[in-house]
Amino acid sequence: MRLLARLLAAVAAWRAVRRGAAQDRAPLPPPPPPEPDPRARRVGARADAERLVAALLIACGLCGVAFVVVYATSANTQLLGAAAGLALVLLAVALAVASFAVVPQETAVEPRPPLEAPAEVEPAARELRDVGEGVSRRGLITAAAGVAGAGLAAAAITPAASLGPRAKGLGAAPWRRGTRLLDQDGRPLRAAALVVGAFATAFAEGADRRELGSPVVVVRLREDEVHLPAARRAWAPQGILAFSKICTHAGCAVSLFRYPLDQQTSKTPALVCPCHYSTFDPRRAGRVEFGPAGRPLPQLPLAIAADGTLVAAGPMSGPIGPAWWGVGHS
Amino acid sequence: MRRRAVPVLLVVALALCALGTLAFAQAGSGAQSPPVGAAGGGAGDPVAGHQLFVERCSSCHGTDGAGRRGRGPSVRGAGALAADFYLRTGRMPLAEPTDQPVRAPVQLTATQIDDLVAYVASFGGPGVPAVHPERGSLTRGQRLFTDSCAGCHTVAARGGIVLGGVAPALQQANARQVAEAIRMGPYLMPRFGSGQLPPADVDALARYVLSTRDLPNRGGWAIGNLGPVPEGLVCWGLGIVVLLGAARLLGERTT
Repeated sequence: MRLLARLLAAVAAWRAVRRGAAQDRAPLPPPPPPEPDPRARRVGARADAERLVAALLIACGLCGVAFVVVYATSANTQLLGAAAGLALVLLAVALAVASFAVVPQETAVEPRPPLEAPAEVEPAARELRDVGEGVSRRGLITAAAGVAGAGLAAAAITPAASLGPRAKGLGAAPWRRGTRLLDQDGRPLRAAALVVGAFATAFAEGADRRELGSPVVVVRLREDEVHLPAARRAWAPQGILAFSKICTHAGCAVSLFRYPLDQQTSKTPALVCPCHYSTFDPRRAGRVEFGPAGRPLPQLPLAIAADGTLVAAGPMSGPIGPAWWGVGHS
Repeated sequence: MRRRAVPVLLVVALALCALGTLAFAQAGSGAQSPPVGAAGGGAGDPVAGHQLFVERCSSCHGTDGAGRRGRGPSVRGAGALAADFYLRTGRMPLAEPTDQPVRAPVQLTATQIDDLVAYVASFGGPGVPAVHPERGSLTRGQRLFTDSCAGCHTVAARGGIVLGGVAPALQQANARQVAEAIRMGPYLMPRFGSGQLPPADVDALARYVLSTRDLPNRGGWAIGNLGPVPEGLVCWGLGIVVLLGAARLLGERTT
């Protein structure tokens, strides 16, 4: 604290010295201009500065357009970030240059004696109008600002296309009766490979792994601790359960599984999403135990085939992925 | 009536244990000896181990190792694997039974641990797994770790939080402890059998975990190798200061 106070005092002292020096250089009051002449007014605008501002604004607009193009074609997040960031930086530089070199800086009030002859009023006014506001290429800069605004607006609005459910994918999981569960190496997952307390990620055979409905978490509990509703009694052979790996809150991957070595002195088994710690109880059909998720994890009914591999016994129990309008608590 | 029966049973159990471990020690001294961290490879004395167990462990696990309701689980069948892991990482003895056992300074001497491990192993259960990190593939280890472990431990094995527990950082764990934890699933960790992760995969995982002790940093501030989110936050923090300075400069009176 003391250090901060000292720092502030030093800054204040330095500013006082600077102000004093500035007053020494320009002693007040300044001598009044002997005969004010509107044509002698110093205009800040320089043609090259105006052109620079226009170029910066147009480049800003182009970056906005580039953002839209990248979004539509590759969705490379680094390029998206670079385009959006560069657009904003260019806009900021354009505004800074304009404020220093284009817009007139002076704020002086010119004392002016009253005009004696009314005949002189009109020429004087015309003279003033001819001087303009200090921006000689107002149209150019306005157009460039329009380009920048349009580009930025397009870049800002485009990501809205990512909102809401896509026409295909959500809810339509690739699981059918008999679909095999493949492990991360692409081999069929065998029931015997899973010990009590096991945790594995599996995918639907024959489906794109990136498809939202494909990944499931497979866990094995003791058979006597599984309490499924009557309609799902047969969904967990040997205590092996499968749930969609996509959290029903924001669509993150449910990648945390806790299974207590000793339940009396620690917590109950749970599937946890690392994004917002939505916690689901695998013993009770994926019920939400904690966190922002609004509905249970969809469960995949399982069966063990004759060769010991795990297969789906039917489709998922509900829609996959984050909640959206119309998806109730199922 | 029951009170009187216990000491008799105990003596019988002890005698059986002693016999069993003798046989185990003879059989186990050959092929089963753990190649990594070979200190205390089943050389303990189960009778001395039981004595120590009664002194240090029985308030939670019971004098006969069968556990006590609400205080501690049975150690029967936990095997040398669990005893070795919990004792050599200092997680046991635990001050409060409902606390999460975390890595701590080892509270017992190596001989005492050998004896306790021999006592717990005398009930049967899995032995200490053999692990050869030098044979494992680092790339496969990283992939497996990302798939199965990184959710809780983070991809750089710096540890994290599960509701109700802490997933520890793994830089202090040696290869044997990594293998033991995979097979046993200590505290709230899931368990991975050899059907799911064969020994070659455990070797690969152990090699990857050991490699996280000294991660390559391409310059700059590593921020605990926690990934892009904290890096972004730091950028925000620094960037805001730079922006404030720039705004101050731009807005300064020029005349």
